[in-house]
Amino acid sequence: MTTTTATAETDRRTVSGSTPGAARGPRRPGRIRRIGLPYLLLLPALVLELLVHLVPMVIGILMSFKALTRFSIRDWGAAPWSGWDNYKISVDINAPAGEALLHSFWVTCGFTVLSVGLCWLLGTAAAIFLQDTFRGRGLLRTLFLVPYALPVYTAVITWAFMFQHDNGLVNHVLHDQLGLTDKPSFWLIGDNSFIALLTVSVWKGWPFAFLVVMAGLQNIPKELYEAAALDGAGMWQQIRRITLPSLRPVNQVLVLVLFLWTFNDFNTPYVLFGKAAPEAADLISIHVYQTTFATWNFGTGSAMSVLLLLFLLVVTGLYLLLTSRRRKTADV
Amino acid sequence: MAPPRSPMAPPRSFLWARRIFLTLITGFVLLPVYVMVSSSLKPLQDVSGTFRWLPSGLTIRPYIDIWSTVPLADYFVNSLVVAGAATVCSVVIAVFAAYAVSRYRFRGKRVFTVTVLSTQMFPGILFLLPLFLIYVNIGNATGIALFGSRGGLILTYLTFSLPFSIWMLIGYFDSVPRDLDEAALVDGCGPLGALFRVVVPAAIPGIVAVAVYAFMTAWGEVLFASVMTNDTTRTLAVGLQGYATQTEVYWNQVMAASLVVSVPVVAGFLLLQRYLVAGLTAGAVK
Repeated sequence: MTTTTATAETDRRTVSGSTPGAARGPRRPGRIRRIGLPYLLLLPALVLELLVHLVPMVIGILMSFKALTRFSIRDWGAAPWSGWDNYKISVDINAPAGEALLHSFWVTCGFTVLSVGLCWLLGTAAAIFLQDTFRGRGLLRTLFLVPYALPVYTAVITWAFMFQHDNGLVNHVLHDQLGLTDKPSFWLIGDNSFIALLTVSVWKGWPFAFLVVMAGLQNIPKELYEAAALDGAGMWQQIRRITLPSLRPVNQVLVLVLFLWTFNDFNTPYVLFGKAAPEAADLISIHVYQTTFATWNFGTGSAMSVLLLLFLLVVTGLYLLLTSRRRKTADV
Repeated sequence: MAPPRSPMAPPRSFLWARRIFLTLITGFVLLPVYVMVSSSLKPLQDVSGTFRWLPSGLTIRPYIDIWSTVPLADYFVNSLVVAGAATVCSVVIAVFAAYAVSRYRFRGKRVFTVTVLSTQMFPGILFLLPLFLIYVNIGNATGIALFGSRGGLILTYLTFSLPFSIWMLIGYFDSVPRDLDEAALVDGCGPLGALFRVVVPAAIPGIVAVAVYAFMTAWGEVLFASVMTNDTTRTLAVGLQGYATQTEVYWNQVMAASLVVSVPVVAGFLLLQRYLVAGLTAGAVK
């Protein structure tokens, strides 16, 4: 709709006689104002990002080199320097703090891989199955977006209710109705908590993959399918040979975004378990929160956050490097 | 919408796979929704004892009680003010920034986009404590109360959605033909005139998508809301925990309140979702 009006207007304006490129060149009058303009337009965004993200990050890095306790935090600038002590505590896997951090790191890695994988799988399958028109397609599409639209805490609270030991739906179905377990299980403490967390995370996250893959499918030219059909390729073959390869660039962005969100996720475990997560589901963001705010090891907490950021930077960098190299070879 | 695959009828195996998959996933998606709705209409003894698929008796009592058990209305207003203000500010600021990146060449452009985008990957926990200290220090130095106020939360939230909004709008603005606003400039509009009269109207779907995203981000945030609010500025994200007392959790009220809190966002999102899909296609997926 907008495109039609746009073309019409462009035609009219071009006829009315603007020399091509005239508006862009630096020789136009008023150029002084226009050179400053982009910076002026960026200023609000820049100031806010600086204030809320970059300055705190720098302070966070500074704090990780200081001996900060609940007594020195009030005047944190005056707190004594401690060098690499906070980092040594964080990475010393023979001491309790380092051991717990490493454990939490592995839990987070496993959780992230499983959650991102399942979200991608479900989202892709749903998007492909909803590619062709059939009755009820519109309704399903809307339904599938509901988990994404629900505020995190209401969705997670509902799951927490379902996972209750005495009055939850999960135990009622598994134990009372299907008789699969000898006695009602605990889902929000102990080893099962990992499964509970994963379930909620996938339930909440897969619609985003669905949304993005659906958008990606729109960029596949119809002619490809028609040509393949003429060559006698069946539907499954078309999905394998056309749909999935065409989605590769979309998937590269999608997996990265899902990875960062899942790895950093705080809301889901926090609402599901409260301030201290069970050991089996002790995600790193909750672990650092716990170290920082519950045991008042502000310096160590900061060092752990910095390590976390470094890890994310390295992984993201490697990922971008690998995917862009593969794309280049694919072009050649 | 998405291009259909082949003109010929899908094979039986495909149809069965589709039926089975769609049935299972629909059940998975709807299960919590069913629990939320049905539990919100149950009397307390139904949600305290063994789970029941069907309530022993329907009651709307939880919907009345939720307002008095905790000051839900106050939390609602707080959330609305915070999320609304964060959305408006974030969208306006993102429009300016995206216009600059999309239409001008200037030094530091790449640095800017990379920096803004990379803030997306910062773990929130990294800057929670420093930001808290900054807000307290600003408050002590200037008397502007940021910590514990709605203002502080608005300021924080608007930056959460900003990187994604700018990124998505750059893509959107790029898809608006450059000739359009250049013609407007030739016709005597200033750069801002060209932005607001030509580019913004042509990019409305993208702007709506970004606004929806910003609102949902602010409405659903838990971490900063739980640290940076006090009794009078508490948002729904924190306030809903109030239904759990020392002795009992009023699960029927929790579910009723969750539903009341969710309906506006879900309805708004579902109404506007086609813009979000359109926005993703133009902006993010390229």
